[in-house]
Amino acid sequence: MDEKVLSRDFEVSHLYQIDTYLQRGGYEAARQALRMKPEEIVEEVKKASLRGRGGAGFPAGMKWSFVPKVDKPKYLCVNADEGEPGTFKDRFIMSHNPHLLLEGITITSYAVGINLAFIYIRGEYERIAQRLEAAISEAREKGFLGKNIFGSGFNLEVVVHRGAGAYICGEETALLESLEGKRGHPRLKPPFPAAVGLFQMPTVINNVETISTVPLIIKNGASWFTSLGLPKDGGTRLFGVSGMVERPGIYELPVGTPLRKIIFEYAGGVKNGRKLKGVIPGGMSAPILLPEEIDVPMDCESVAKAGSMLGSGAIIVLDDQTPILEVLRLVAKFYSHESCGQCTPCRIGTSWINKIVRRMARGEGRKGDVDEIERLASQIKGRTLCPLGDAAAMPILAIVQKFREELEAALR
Amino acid sequence: MSMPSWETLRQEVESLAARYPKKEAAILPALHLVQRKLGYISPEGEKFVAQVLGVRPVRVREVVTFYTMFSQKPLGKYHLQVCSNLSCTLNGSQTLLDYLREKLGIEPGETTPDGRITLSTVECLGACDQAPCLMVNDDLYGRLDKPKLEALLASLE
Ligand SMILES: Cc1cc2nc3c(=O)[nH]c(=O)nc-3n(C[C@H](O)[C@H](O)[C@H](O)COP(=O)(O)O)c2cc1C
Ligand code: SF4
Ligand code: FES
Repeated sequence: MDEKVLSRDFEVSHLYQIDTYLQRGGYEAARQALRMKPEEIVEEVKKASLRGRGGAGFPAGMKWSFVPKVDKPKYLCVNADEGEPGTFKDRFIMSHNPHLLLEGITITSYAVGINLAFIYIRGEYERIAQRLEAAISEAREKGFLGKNIFGSGFNLEVVVHRGAGAYICGEETALLESLEGKRGHPRLKPPFPAAVGLFQMPTVINNVETISTVPLIIKNGASWFTSLGLPKDGGTRLFGVSGMVERPGIYELPVGTPLRKIIFEYAGGVKNGRKLKGVIPGGMSAPILLPEEIDVPMDCESVAKAGSMLGSGAIIVLDDQTPILEVLRLVAKFYSHESCGQCTPCRIGTSWINKIVRRMARGEGRKGDVDEIERLASQIKGRTLCPLGDAAAMPILAIVQKFREELEAALR
Repeated sequence: MSMPSWETLRQEVESLAARYPKKEAAILPALHLVQRKLGYISPEGEKFVAQVLGVRPVRVREVVTFYTMFSQKPLGKYHLQVCSNLSCTLNGSQTLLDYLREKLGIEPGETTPDGRITLSTVECLGACDQAPCLMVNDDLYGRLDKPKLEALLASLE
């Protein structure tokens, strides 16, 4: 199947303007949803097996059903921080079709009983934030946001909140802290945000792509959605392919499409006809796969079984001319820069690894350095407050274990 | 800045704060506003935000020092941020950076003596399909090579 659903109209010019979006059937799903019972929407999304597109792959409908039915303000936070290296799909959605996201926000908020939604967008996406704000004004003018939407009695406001350059703020509890005007220091869980979230209130946090998929499920039904993908992992995903590849870009394909096919059939294979060295299948946090490991279907479970993770669906292709030490250097640099410093194993571990790798990159590596990196990374894993620790340790361990010989050769 | 413009800024910060259930949630947006108007977060700018939002100055300080986009030093008229993450490096961003260092005579983190250009490196800009890329203020420029970068640099007056 090559049919695009989410990005179907993305080539239509001026789709970001509400009139064009309406001509393409925009806001019909929201109109339809607001005539349904909120529980029916949650049930439909559960049946659709919509798994989170932000990184962890948690089923969205289930997450929504954890929100207690209490008479308190509840909030939606759309995660548009998009900091995971290799990931550029949310930029693609928001710049081409901001109204699709707004429509998804309306349906989700109605389903959970939310009247105030935030889009937490990374600060570097200023131009996109402006586009979202313009779309919000257009939608308010038409009465699609604000009070008594579609005459249903449902009210909703949407606020765009800009981050300021911190990868950790993509982690959901750090995002909440940042939205409250604080440093992005992750919170200890439990309590989970569904119960105690933004300003201590029940809060749903979902990725841009997850929320933008909701209108499609409402319009076409859960069984249509699972038939596109897999029974336990429905729909299509926006795979972002970059690195040493002929045709980098976004490819919307069914969940479960083999990684090899995405790289070689859709993205045109390795750049300049070179050979493949390895693939990072789900953003920088995902452990690297070797060329013989890329027949894996791209769904959450299969990629996990292959020892990596689907993450944000960001595929980074490495060719045989790429020194693995250079990849390791960039991974180590990134995590030591982005560790928030709250827990010792992550703070010390990432900066220590970074120091050793930099020394190796200068050609001053010492005997035992590779083992030392491995030891340090193993000590981070499973010992930190938030998942960034593991996100740093796992790709580093994979590189060290799969390319030990090449790394050792760089030592003297 | 003169008195009236602080007053305008105060009104803008207050209207930002009104969008949130709690005023202090507007610290980040208020700092963005200050940086946009002043070119950086000055000590007065920090105090101003604290005062308008009714928080202790240390709360604002904590935030300013945590987030990399907030600058405590004046930024150049043009802020060039070169992506130094994986897909951009694979596609030659180091060459672009070296070119800029040589041409501008400054290192990342520095500003040209005439205050025109600040050079920085950044982590992934979320535009890896356009690698190598960089930002000039709020705008992204992708699929760069040396000639395109030269032309871009020449276009900044
Ligand atoms: C260090 C770190 C960074 C993250 N960055 C992002 C991000 O930029 N965007 C995102 O949607 N999720 C990110 N996540 C995942 C979020 O914590 C959260 O699981 C997600 O937003 C939930 O939405 P989903 O269920 O729709 O995927 C990150 C997680 C960690 C640990
Ligand atoms: S694991 Fe790292 S990023 Fe997460 S809370 Fe601990 S120090 Fe901060
Ligand atoms: S690596 Fe440069 S934009 Fe992602």
